Parts: sequence; structure tokens; C-alpha cells
Amino acid sequence: MLLLIPLFPLVGFVVNACLGRRLTKSISGGLACAAMIASFAVSALLVSRILGHDAAPLEFTLFEWMTSGTLHVPFTLRLDHLAAVMILVVTGIGSLIHIYSTGYMHEESDSEYARYFSYLNLFASFMLILVLGANFPVMFVGWEGVGLCSYLLIGFWFRKQSAADAGKKAFVVNRVGDFGFVLGMLLIFATFGTLDFQLVAAAADTRAIEHGAIGVITAATLLLFLGATGKSAQIPLYVWLPDAMEGPTPVSALIHAATMVTAGVYMIGRNAVLFSHAPITLSMVAAIGVATALMAGTIGLVQNDIKRVLAYSTVSQLGYMFLAMGVGAFAAGIFHLYTHAFFKALLFLGSGAVIHALAGEQDLRNMGGLKKYLPVTYWTFLIGALAIAGVPLLSGFFSKDEILFKTFTATNPNRLLLWGIGMVTSLLTATYMFRLVFLAFHGERRVTAHGSAHPEEEEPVAQTGHGQAAAVAHHDSHGHGHAHAPHDAPPSMAIPLIVLAIGSVVAGYVGVPHALGGSNRIEQFLEPSFEVSDGRGRLEAAGGGAQSSEPAGVRPVALQESHAPDATESSHDNTSTELMLMALSSGVALAGIGIAWYFWLRNREAVAAMTARFHGPYTVLLHKYYVDELYDAAIVQPIKLLSTGGLWKGADAGLIDGAVNGVGQTVRATSGVLRRAQTGSVRTYAASLFLGVVLILGWYLLKTLRT
Amino acid sequence: MVPLTVNHYLALSGVLFAIGTAGVFLRRNLITVLLSIEIMLNAVNLTFVAVGRYRGSVDGQIITFFVMTVAAAEAAVGLALIIALFRHRETLSPDAFTALKW
Repeated sequence: MLLLIPLFPLVGFVVNACLGRRLTKSISGGLACAAMIASFAVSALLVSRILGHDAAPLEFTLFEWMTSGTLHVPFTLRLDHLAAVMILVVTGIGSLIHIYSTGYMHEESDSEYARYFSYLNLFASFMLILVLGANFPVMFVGWEGVGLCSYLLIGFWFRKQSAADAGKKAFVVNRVGDFGFVLGMLLIFATFGTLDFQLVAAAADTRAIEHGAIGVITAATLLLFLGATGKSAQIPLYVWLPDAMEGPTPVSALIHAATMVTAGVYMIGRNAVLFSHAPITLSMVAAIGVATALMAGTIGLVQNDIKRVLAYSTVSQLGYMFLAMGVGAFAAGIFHLYTHAFFKALLFLGSGAVIHALAGEQDLRNMGGLKKYLPVTYWTFLIGALAIAGVPLLSGFFSKDEILFKTFTATNPNRLLLWGIGMVTSLLTATYMFRLVFLAFHGERRVTAHGSAHPEEEEPVAQTGHGQAAAVAHHDSHGHGHAHAPHDAPPSMAIPLIVLAIGSVVAGYVGVPHALGGSNRIEQFLEPSFEVSDGRGRLEAAGGGAQSSEPAGVRPVALQESHAPDATESSHDNTSTELMLMALSSGVALAGIGIAWYFWLRNREAVAAMTARFHGPYTVLLHKYYVDELYDAAIVQPIKLLSTGGLWKGADAGLIDGAVNGVGQTVRATSGVLRRAQTGSVRTYAASLFLGVVLILGWYLLKTLRT
Repeated sequence: MVPLTVNHYLALSGVLFAIGTAGVFLRRNLITVLLSIEIMLNAVNLTFVAVGRYRGSVDGQIITFFVMTVAAAEAAVGLALIIALFRHRETLSPDAFTALKW
């Protein structure tokens, strides 16, 4: 049964890849959607079997993969509570995005359409293997597989140079992270002698926590975290994600917002016990996470491409998840991952609907007033924006507050700083999201001719979307170019939007915190996955920490302020703190929306004035802190220089070619001298022969005569 | 009348060999060169026969027959080559044939 979950999309991929050219769109698209929905159904069925808190994980071993000495790696899939949340997100939101894609990609040719869906199905299959893998190598298969699909889908419109380049960039940057992941994996095997997640956790649990010392667990987790920064677009490897927006919008929604980029967060959650034993790594994770959140949030504030704003927003929200992981609030991080999947997929699909309606236009400055034309898109988008901004009672509010609360009460010495930056980022989030909403949907319609819009600024035409020519050609054939009023999304696109909007509202209610009278069910649900599997940890948590003979703080839960059900008495303070923090962050969210309303709706001149006044910072933000330029100067150019000047011109052309050519030249020069002897005249040869015979005979004769 | 000794034969053989060698090196006609080689071969034959007679064995004569057979074959092949070469170049000077192929 467990195998069926990744198998359905894989079958869809094989069929579409082999027969796709000959299938019509309704068959290839329908097949892909059916595969995802079937996978979702199986997932839901299996998850229902492990709903109980103490339910054992489901396991399925397909075959023995590698056996060599002490290395023993079976190809095992394991469904525990953490994986359950993930597969429901992947297959559920994946299905919706597949359905949406049937509408969004409808103007591609039949074979392109089938190619698109085969990639999308392959992605889903690998993502499910990543999530269900019971040991590092199996996870790594999925990890690399989703990377491959990401590359294929970013470069889906590969005839466009910028899309092909963006695909390559994503692939190369991810390799840097993967190198860390592989090294971490090897170090773990070398240390614990196993690669199974549960066994690694059990083995790590027997070791002391590496307080203030860089031991082997710290080293391994830092390497793993490097892998996570690559896949999940954190500093310093986040640069590929904004460029990845060159891919089709549903791809951005599925891969670069809802699922694949959360793999790093998931991986840390999967190794919660391991990471809990390395406080240095955890503070590193938290610091990187919060720094990324702030940095991406500020960049998002000034970008003009609708998808790039969302991309930076994704980077920023991923930073939040890492912050949660870093302060040991693993459940909160996964909770945010889960709610974020809903509203960010919704926002991306909504932006896709806008782009679709505007024939490929992605520049916010050329939008405006779309509320009237695109009511469904507007309302769903608004819900998504409210959710991500953290407006009370929507899903983003619960998960984000959980993270901020856990940060505030964490044991991390810099917790107040982390919390403060988190709050600032929260303000930024609300502001840039509503800037987007107001610029795109409110105000007056600003249609400018393609290419002539703001030529003095960045964000050139080449970066906007599909590639103008392709998109305009597609849409003109349908008879709605720019002159016509944009039309709202067709049903295949509208229905996923509505479902996701509902999801964005209600998804948070599985994690209503204690302070609001809820029981934070998702945290209790996820708890077993963050502990050692033998149940020892769970018993202790239930029996109260005081009876524990183990050193305090070994369990990841113990890193937190206690939140076990029996700890209500001691958490009265926490409840009031939490309520206060909630009020504060709600206020911040509303303030952010207010700021956006003032600047981008009420008083547009103020934006111009602010831009003029803070021209320096504005330019820096517009150029994304010049990080791409910095990487280019610090890494790409030196490597190019070394390759061209050193390895190519020096080692290859000079040394290797020099040796080969040198041998040739030496031989040629020597033969040039020797060639003189070969006149070709037979008589010369005969003379030399004769002379030789005379000399040799003469020599022996002389010798004989002497004696 | 001085009796003929083996030394006279050997001296004549040396003279013949020298004449043949000189012919090979100095003449500018391939046919003459071929004839000069025959002279050299016969000089050697004379040596074999003379020494054989001197030592009272027939070995020298036997070898001479071999040499004559080979010389006949060599003359046949040599003349055929000379005709073929002449057809290409309309000359028989050995200096005209310095290239391995043309």
C-alpha cells in the first residue's frame, strides 16, 4: 500500500513520457491529475490508520538496496506522523496544482503539454520518496530527484535564454548544498554505523548534548544544514529561488513554494533528535533563518515582478520555518510549513491567474484595478494575503504566532533578538503582500506598452514571465490581447483557487494554541516523530520531567518551555505571555497592512518621495543587496579566471598540450636532421653499406693481424 | 712457367671484385650496374672454387652452383625491374630513382 503513493505519479510520468506525443491534452492532463488524486486517496487512507498518538509507523521495504560490510541500506518507505503531514500536503496541494495546470498550460502544444505533466508527475513521485524515505540514502534519491525535476521545470521554456540560465543556476547552487548533505550523511554513517533515521536518533540519544563544543554531531548537522540551505533557499544559497520564477507559475507554486523548498525544513524535523544534540547548529539554524527572513522580506518590499515578490516572500517564510527549527520548536516549524503550503500555493496560483489574464504581463507597475475584472482571483488572493500577513483567525496567524511564541520562550540566549527580527519581518510580510494586492488589484488600471515601461529601472523585459513573444502569441490566438478586458480564471483554475482559499482559512485550526482554548493538536500529533522511536521519550514526557533520571534537556521537547498537557499549572505565565504576543503580532500585521494601504493606495506620491529620499537604500534593495553581483565577483569570476587562465591556458594548453606537442616537435626536429641521410639515391646507400663492410672487416682483420 | 698457386686465383678474384665494385659505384647505367654485380658475384665464385680445390673438398663447387642459380634469378628480376623503371622515366640513370614512390 505504501508503495502505491509514489508509484501512481511514477506511472503517470512513464505513460506521459512515452506516449505523451500521441495523447490529446485531456487524456495526458487527466491522467496526471488522476495519478495525483489516486495518490492522495491512498495517502489519506494510510494516514487514517496512524492517527492515534501511539500508533506505530507503517513501514514497507521494497528491496535490499546496498549491503557492504557494516553498511546496510534497504529501500524502505516509512510513514510516521511527520511524513503523514508532508504526504498529505504534497499529494493534496499537488492534486490541486495539477488541476490548475490543465487550465494554465492549455495553450501549449500537445507534446509540450504532455512533457509538462510528465515532469510534474515525476516531481511528485520523487517528493513522496523524499518524504517517505526511512533512511538517508532513500531520502537522498528523492532529494536529488526533486532537484532534477526542479531544473527541468524551471527551464521548461528552454528556448528562452533566461529560463535555461535560471534552470542551470538552480541546479548548480543546489549541488553546493548537496555536497554538504552527502558529507553529513557519510559522517553520520561513520559515527553511528547506520543510516536509518530511527536508529540514528536512538544512537544519538545515547550521547551527551554537545554544549559549546564542536563535536561530531555538530559537524554532521552543520553539513546537513548546508544541504538544507541549498534546497530550501536560505542564506547563502537562496539566490536560485527568485530566478526559478522563470518556470511556469503552477511550478513555482508547487515546487518553489509549497513542497520542494520545504524539504530542508522537513529534513531537520526528521532529524530532530540529532539536531537537538547540537545546540551550536541549532543557534546557527535560527540565526540563518531569521537573517534570511529579514533580508528576503526587505528585498520583497521593492521588487516589481509579481512572481519575484512572492519568491522573496517564500524565502522569507522559509526563514521563519528555520527559525522555528533553530529554537527547537520543530512542531511549530512543520506547522508553518503546512499552513504556508496552502496560502503560498494560493498566492502563486492567484498570480498565475493574473498573469494568464494579462497575457503574460508580470510587472506590477503595469497592473492595477484588476479587482473589477478578476473577482474570483481577487477574493482568493486577498484571503491568501491576509493569511500570510498573519491576520487573526486565519491559518498563517496560528503558525506564525506559534513560531514567534516559541522563539520568545526559547532557551536560546539571543531569543529576544531573534524574536524582534521575527516581528520586524512579520511587519514587512504584511506590508509587501498588501503592496502587491493594492498595486495589482486596486487603484486604476495602468496599461503600458510592453517594453516601454520604466526603461530606466531594473527588471528588464527579458525577466518578465513566459517570454513576451510566446505568451502574446498564445493569448492573441484566443482573441484577448491587451486591448481587451482581462477575463477571470476558467473553472479548472478557479476551483483550485477556491479550495486553497478555504484551506488557507481553516488549515490553522489543527493547531489552535492552548492560550486560545485549543489543544494544539498538530503539535501533539507530530511529537512522536521528533523523539526516539522506542517510546522512552514519550513515557517520560507523560510522567513529568521531575521523575526523569536522564540528564535534563535530552529530549527535543525539553528544549522548549514545557507544553505537555500536564504542565498547565506552570504555564499560566506562558498563557498570558502568549496572549500578549498574539495581540502584538496581530497589531503588527494590521499595521503592515495599514502602511501598505497608506503608501500604495492612499498616497502614491509618498512612495515616490520616500524612494527619492532614501535613494541609496532603495537602489540596494532593488538590486537585491547586490548578492548576485557579489557572488559573481567573489566566486564565479575567480573560478572563471582560474579555469581560463590557470587550468585551461596554463595547465591544459601549457602543460598537457605542451607536453604532447613538445614530444611531437622534438621527434620532428630530430627526424629533420636524420632525414638528410635518406637521400633516396641507391648508390649512396650502397656506398655507405660498402664502406661499413670495409670498415668492420678491416677492424677485425687488423685485430687478427695484430695477434 | 711459374706454377699456378691458390694465391694467383685469389688475386684475380680480388681484381675482379674491385672492377665490379667500381662498376656498381661509377657507372650511370642500371644495366651496366647489374652486369658489374654479376662480375662481383663471379669473383666470389672464383674464390670459392679456388679455395675448395686448394683444400681438396667439393664444398666450394657446390656453393658456386647455388650462387649461380641465385645470380640467374637475380638477373631475371633485376632486368624486369629495370624495364619497368625505364617505362616510367625514359632513363636508366640510377640518380633518377631517388623517391620511394611517385
